[in-house]
Amino acid sequence: MAHSFIGNHIAQSSLAFFLPSSVLAHLSIIDIIIIASYFVMVVWIGIYLKGQSNTSVDFFMAGRQMSAWIAGLSFLSANLGSLELMGWAGSAYQYGILAAHWYWIGAIPAMLFMGLVMMPFYYICKTNSVPGYLKLRFGESSRVLSGVCFAFMTILMSGVNMFAMALVMKVVLGWNISFSILMSSVVVALYVGLGGLRSAIFNEVLQFALIWCGALLVPILGLIEAGGWHNLQAKILMNYHTSEYTHLWAGLGHFNTNAMGVQWTGIVFGLGFVISFGYWTTDFLVVQRAMAAKNLRAAQMAPVIAAAFKMAIPFFVILPGLLGLVVLHNNDGTLMHLVGQNAVSTANPNSYNEVLPLMMERYLGPGLLGLGITALIAGFMSGMAGNVSAFSTVWTYDIYKPLINKGASDTHLVSVGRWATVLGIVVSIGTAYLVMQAAAIMDYVQALFSFFIAPLLGTVLAGMFWKRATKAGGFWGLLAGTVTSVALYAWVRVDPTAIRYVAFSSDARAMAADLYRALWAFSSCAVVTVVVSYCTTAKPLSELAGLVYGASTLPLQEPVPLLKNHWFWAAIVITVFFILNIVFY
Amino acid sequence: MQISGKISIWFFIGVLLAFYGALICGHGIYELFSGILPNVVLARLHAPVWWGGMMLVLGLFYSIRFAPGTKSAS
Repeated sequence: MAHSFIGNHIAQSSLAFFLPSSVLAHLSIIDIIIIASYFVMVVWIGIYLKGQSNTSVDFFMAGRQMSAWIAGLSFLSANLGSLELMGWAGSAYQYGILAAHWYWIGAIPAMLFMGLVMMPFYYICKTNSVPGYLKLRFGESSRVLSGVCFAFMTILMSGVNMFAMALVMKVVLGWNISFSILMSSVVVALYVGLGGLRSAIFNEVLQFALIWCGALLVPILGLIEAGGWHNLQAKILMNYHTSEYTHLWAGLGHFNTNAMGVQWTGIVFGLGFVISFGYWTTDFLVVQRAMAAKNLRAAQMAPVIAAAFKMAIPFFVILPGLLGLVVLHNNDGTLMHLVGQNAVSTANPNSYNEVLPLMMERYLGPGLLGLGITALIAGFMSGMAGNVSAFSTVWTYDIYKPLINKGASDTHLVSVGRWATVLGIVVSIGTAYLVMQAAAIMDYVQALFSFFIAPLLGTVLAGMFWKRATKAGGFWGLLAGTVTSVALYAWVRVDPTAIRYVAFSSDARAMAADLYRALWAFSSCAVVTVVVSYCTTAKPLSELAGLVYGASTLPLQEPVPLLKNHWFWAAIVITVFFILNIVFY
Repeated sequence: MQISGKISIWFFIGVLLAFYGALICGHGIYELFSGILPNVVLARLHAPVWWGGMMLVLGLFYSIRFAPGTKSAS
């Protein structure tokens, strides 16, 4: 997705792509060959994989044959869409290194928790989706509520990705928007419709390799030009007279001491706990990748591997944004000032979100530029494919089978999955054109995710770790959390001064509102779940086996050498995580 | 993971990286000897030569190691 849990922020950032600016880069013939060969490869793989996706387990769960590395890289790439890459590079230019929180505290602890603690439950209950787990734990109503919401939001996000890609291609390369939408739709429909999740996962691993090869050179050359990290810090301090751009925590003491308008409690509890854990442990788009692993050990190792690479991503997302603060200059030699969408003018024609393409255009000549653009295209298409494949699975297993055709055969389900893929693409195209007509829709679509992720975390955690949680408690808690989130969003939208109640400070800004809204939604979900559960009858312990901590016997795993033990690597990752936070304090 | 009984995902990635590396490195070598440098910052470092070269080596490594029929591929 690579949709993101960051909700409104990226949505607002994405709107900058509407800029009617001049074309940023011009492709040579070698660049076009590189881009074209990527499309040929992806479609060919989809056609090749068709013969490997004949059963529902093959089509929806990639046969549960993935190694830890493939599942892990796919787990990470499903979240690493170009919308996010360009959005966060722009955020780094705007807010500085604070943006790295979304890659470190906003991801690493949750990914490790997912792998070490939660994955066994998802894996041993052999469900095909997160809504499927809710069905086993809380009954059909919770499954249908979460399944319908997830399917709806996923398909809309696919459309947002599609439109964002078309806009980026228009701004960066001057491509026609309809051409980009048509091209990406046909390619994604071909390779996901034919190869299912296996094909989507393949493309995500391929995208991972392309992003590293295509984007890593930019910060390397940027650091050479800037004279290293310390010189970069010194130049930022000289140009902007503040050190907050290069410090992670030092400016988070109060809402008004940092450009983001957030406080450390929002970052630690709102982002680091609710949003992060909600996204990385309950969003089926990423969980599906780990569930496709070949055994429990691989499924547990996958998020650990993903976390290790996740920590490195700020190097080619955040760092280019910081470098842009000092190396980007106008033709007359003055420092270039990128601005927000509303401030774009003849004097400042480029917005924050163009920082990554601008940096690519600055350093990458023929061939390398094509590689960078291919990495962006792969990221967008992977975002679409990830959403569409997750939609296909949830539609088939959690909506079609329980509500429409309970007795469907395995072959029929595969067929439904293929058609759901095509249907998903068609709806995505419709969404893309809808967004084109009314840009504000993108805000709403991305906000939808933030409505559902936080309460879903409350419900899943209660289900997995509290034996007393009941069917009614799970359903009403989920509903209450979602309603709370929607209501708070609408309140601040209608009356912006309400942010002082939602985020506990009138100095808070939009980002802080997102973080604290998630906390409120999670809290209301937890309270309602507990109250309703105590008012209703719990399931007997025997029915909770394999679903709840304390009522399940986890399968014994064969001892392995230290270097293959997921706990060992998780310890390494969390140690590096703390070191990074201290170094960039 | 193997995509089928014969071909690994890593093989496909290796082939694509090797192809890209050869193209980029080849173009970089042409720039180096022709003296026609692209209009980008730090062009004198000839990034296409060494970056494309690294991709070529990495791609060849994966292509050979995970080639269909080899032990690694299975």
